[in-house]
Amino acid sequence: MRTFIFLAIVVLAGTGGEIAAAYAMKGIGEVKDFAPRAILGVLGRALRLGWLWVGVALMTLAFFSLLALLSWADVSFVIPATALSYVVGALGARILLGERLGPMRWVGILLVSLGVAIVCAP
Amino acid sequence: MNASASTTKPSSFFACARNGGSTRGRRPRGRVRWLCQLLIPARARSPATKRIPMTWSKSPLLKTCVLVLLVAVFNSVGNVLLAKGMRQMGETQGWSLNILGVYFVRAFTSVWVWLGIGSLILFFVSYLLVLSWADYSYVMPAAAAGYALVPLLGHFLLGEAVTSLHWVGVAFICLGVAIVGRTPPSTTGRG
Repeated sequence: MRTFIFLAIVVLAGTGGEIAAAYAMKGIGEVKDFAPRAILGVLGRALRLGWLWVGVALMTLAFFSLLALLSWADVSFVIPATALSYVVGALGARILLGERLGPMRWVGILLVSLGVAIVCAP
Repeated sequence: MNASASTTKPSSFFACARNGGSTRGRRPRGRVRWLCQLLIPARARSPATKRIPMTWSKSPLLKTCVLVLLVAVFNSVGNVLLAKGMRQMGETQGWSLNILGVYFVRAFTSVWVWLGIGSLILFFVSYLLVLSWADYSYVMPAAAAGYALVPLLGHFLLGEAVTSLHWVGVAFICLGVAIVGRTPPSTTGRG
């Protein structure tokens, strides 16, 4: 039970955080220069966006829940069990970010999710 | 006649290979380009791409491929290193804030945990960069290629057994990633 509560926190906070970060980065626009200094500049601009910090806070929550979870649960169960986050994340991207997911992408995401779940089987 | 033909064939093949190996016209990133062309449909490649000289950061396709690869590798390497560090610490002794605080401080004395965190920071930076132009619903499953690495890394670094079922899962992941890779990376009109 404790494992499942922590798993739910990891999945929901993790995908929520990533969606918030993705939303923030869409505001920055496409990165075209990959010189180290240019990348630092992009990161500097990103760090001034509120949504990035919402994302970082949620991801931090997910990260520490994962740290705790990994201390008693097996890595070959925990890491693959986050397979749920592919479906949750796809729904979030569609609803919150307005991405248009075609049937091909849904099939791919479900296959990936299934594959990760199979890898979790002992 | 037949005998002479069969004897000239191998020599001409090797001469060809030698010539091909030494010509200046060979593209240095041929293999990466080939991989991208395999994974991404022609309609996703803009015609403008072909006029731009092929350095990896100028092509939207190549830079998506390169960064997704970095995301996948840093993510799985970071997770495995972190797991190795936490496994060495054992289970928490309780759930009060004091005990948890001491536990987390103790976690940061582990070299493996620090290596894992370093790798996850690199993962996060490359993730943010690729999300500046590509769909979240594209990058997230594409980066799952890294989970195909987890059984390998778990096997070699943590000594976990990898069953044939695991390899079936790895095959599903690879198939799913290949299918997602054939959809256009951005559907929101940016990038």
